[in-house]
Amino acid sequence: MENKKNFNNNKKLSQSYLLKNCLIIDNGKNKIFKNDIFIKNKIIEDIDKNLTNKIDPETSIIECEGMYVAAGLVDMRVNITEPGLEHKETIESASKAAASGGITSIICMPNTTPPIDQPAIIHSIQRKARKVALSKIFCTGCVTRNFEGKEICELRLMKESGAVGFTDGYKTISNTRVMRRAFNYAKSFDGLIIQHAEDPFLKGNGVANEGEISTRMGLLGIPSYAEAMIVQRDLWMVNETNCRYHVSHISTKETVEIIRSAKKKGLPVTCDTSPPYFILNELALENYRTFSKLSPPLRTEEDRKSIVEGICDGTIDAISSDHTPQDQDAKRLPFNQAEFGGVGLETLLPLTLSLVNNEKIDLLKAISLVTINPSKILKLDVGRIEKKKEADLCIFSISKPWKVNPEKFHGKSKNSPFDGILVEGKNLMTFVRGRLVYES
Amino acid sequence: MIKNKSLKKFPHDHLLGIEGLSPPDLNYLLDLSDYFAMHLDKKNTEKFKYLKNKICINLFFENSTRTRTSFELAGKKLGADMLNISVASSAIKKGETLIDTAMTLNAMQPDVLVVRHQDAGAVKLLSEKVNCGVINAGDGPHEHPTQALLDALTIKKRKGKISGLKIAICGDIMHSRVARSNIHLLNTLGAEIRVIGPATLIPKNIESLGVKVFYEMKSGLANVDIIIMLRLQLERMSGSFVPSIREYFRFYGLDREKLKFADANALILHPGPMNRGVEIDSELADDLDRSAIFEQVQMGVAVRMACLKTIVENKAKNGK
Repeated sequence: MENKKNFNNNKKLSQSYLLKNCLIIDNGKNKIFKNDIFIKNKIIEDIDKNLTNKIDPETSIIECEGMYVAAGLVDMRVNITEPGLEHKETIESASKAAASGGITSIICMPNTTPPIDQPAIIHSIQRKARKVALSKIFCTGCVTRNFEGKEICELRLMKESGAVGFTDGYKTISNTRVMRRAFNYAKSFDGLIIQHAEDPFLKGNGVANEGEISTRMGLLGIPSYAEAMIVQRDLWMVNETNCRYHVSHISTKETVEIIRSAKKKGLPVTCDTSPPYFILNELALENYRTFSKLSPPLRTEEDRKSIVEGICDGTIDAISSDHTPQDQDAKRLPFNQAEFGGVGLETLLPLTLSLVNNEKIDLLKAISLVTINPSKILKLDVGRIEKKKEADLCIFSISKPWKVNPEKFHGKSKNSPFDGILVEGKNLMTFVRGRLVYES
Repeated sequence: MIKNKSLKKFPHDHLLGIEGLSPPDLNYLLDLSDYFAMHLDKKNTEKFKYLKNKICINLFFENSTRTRTSFELAGKKLGADMLNISVASSAIKKGETLIDTAMTLNAMQPDVLVVRHQDAGAVKLLSEKVNCGVINAGDGPHEHPTQALLDALTIKKRKGKISGLKIAICGDIMHSRVARSNIHLLNTLGAEIRVIGPATLIPKNIESLGVKVFYEMKSGLANVDIIIMLRLQLERMSGSFVPSIREYFRFYGLDREKLKFADANALILHPGPMNRGVEIDSELADDLDRSAIFEQVQMGVAVRMACLKTIVENKAKNGK
């Protein structure tokens, strides 16, 4: 019922809108200013003061006094699970969740069934997305066939078909020879290699960060350096090949330090983190809450603080939701047996804004972490507010308080590690290609 | 029946672990166990039938002989109707989830469930889904509270106290729920705990539970009053955590030579089942002056009687 009211997926509708008196967060010019935005034929026709007189009569006027308008959010790590596991999430449900969270571009991970390891899968996802998706959907492709870590896929053909980067999803490419070859090969066509950094041998069957908490709870631990080790290893090859390298959802102090110094050396390395790693720590595992079972695992408070520092000083380039839907049956289990991951599309904006509300970073910087920065890393033409560009916009209130209630989420799965917490800041309206796709 | 009327009530509906229990909680269970232990050998046990018409289900997801039998015997002595559910022949093997199993058993309205599971936290998860009291009979490497209680009772009976004793726990600490429960319990009651083992079998940050770590039996056993030997699981013996049985026994197996490092009256405990010649010398295990291993088994029944009675009565009082 609610969906019908709030969402609009009528693709033929080409309406024009005037957003009046909005506070525009322009990360291109790096300033926030008050203006009107005129949207017509999918694009931002004009940004100026007092556009009321210049518009067509059939334009819908939306009063945005006191609201912020940012470029639609770009979420660079989303697991959609269609095709293959449609009971967890579909392209349609993920894009609804995204639209309600202010996300207009989803970058989906290749861990579908079958995996995105050939161009045909990308075509099929894009075809489906054109039909049902409210937001823009971009695909990444596997680095190795069927995530086996043995042979590299048709990276270049996939890039031609629209793959924006290459990653083995939740699998670390552990074979250094294969990794080196992938870097070398991707380098030749300016491909981006994205790594989930976690040494698979050290991880073993581990389910939690190794330390006091895992010892007390009797859970098998994963040493935190399992992450830094892989990043350090990969950086040798990045140094040699000069291939662009991105580390996903970093979670430890050591990783932040390694990437900070690699950036100082000028290596082409970028990284992102996800809200759980700068908001929660391993104490969230209390009572064996399986919603807090994430990969990488939640770390210590010291790690969490380092991640915040990494965000503040620019070591961490972007924030992704790391949206990993799991149905009830995959989480209502003893901790060891439960699946990893948490949903995040609908909480990405307020949790990122929490850094502003806690006075860690300013609003411009916070928004850049979820718009222009990921867009630049992936070389996409989204994530900025500019005249004559497609109107992908997120209109939000920075201070509106609400309680995270996954039952009200629009995605299919409800496994949020933030279940029940109070947040500030809420997406009010989402525009994709000039269409108002969501209104709260 | 209990003379000491000053005993405080045990304030919990379930017994899921030792961590978080206060000294009065522990002393309540220990004193009640002691009472049962003193009267166990008497022929007239009719007066112990506190749990007549109560239903107790033993739900063991992991194989167990001694703990399950011990609970069964304890329940029978209290007059309860005991049911055993063997996982090998049940729907759990057919893919039923833990929560569904819990709901099914709950519908049978038992008064208490005694549960062992291979995963840490599984017993707590199950306790959240049922209306009856739940006793943890071991959840993965997390806790095994009744074992810790029976160890404490054995120590108390032999040494007259727990506070101030030096206690060494030796062997596979990492995979041992017995070690964790014992550390919590004996620490809470004021003992000084050491753990001894090769570093591959000592979990990270175990010091934060309030123990001292030793990698050598000689230094670790110096002047200790109690030695708790842990069982080394077969699959961990060769190559994965320790290189071989003989190397392990040479450095960490308890024999008369190593026992000399400890206090002259040091007492040996082992939760069983023993691997003779792996973690403990066979002859030493049978030495009734030094080893309390068979006494532990007797105390086990008394402790489980106390726990069953306490949990069933608490739940009955607090309403279902």
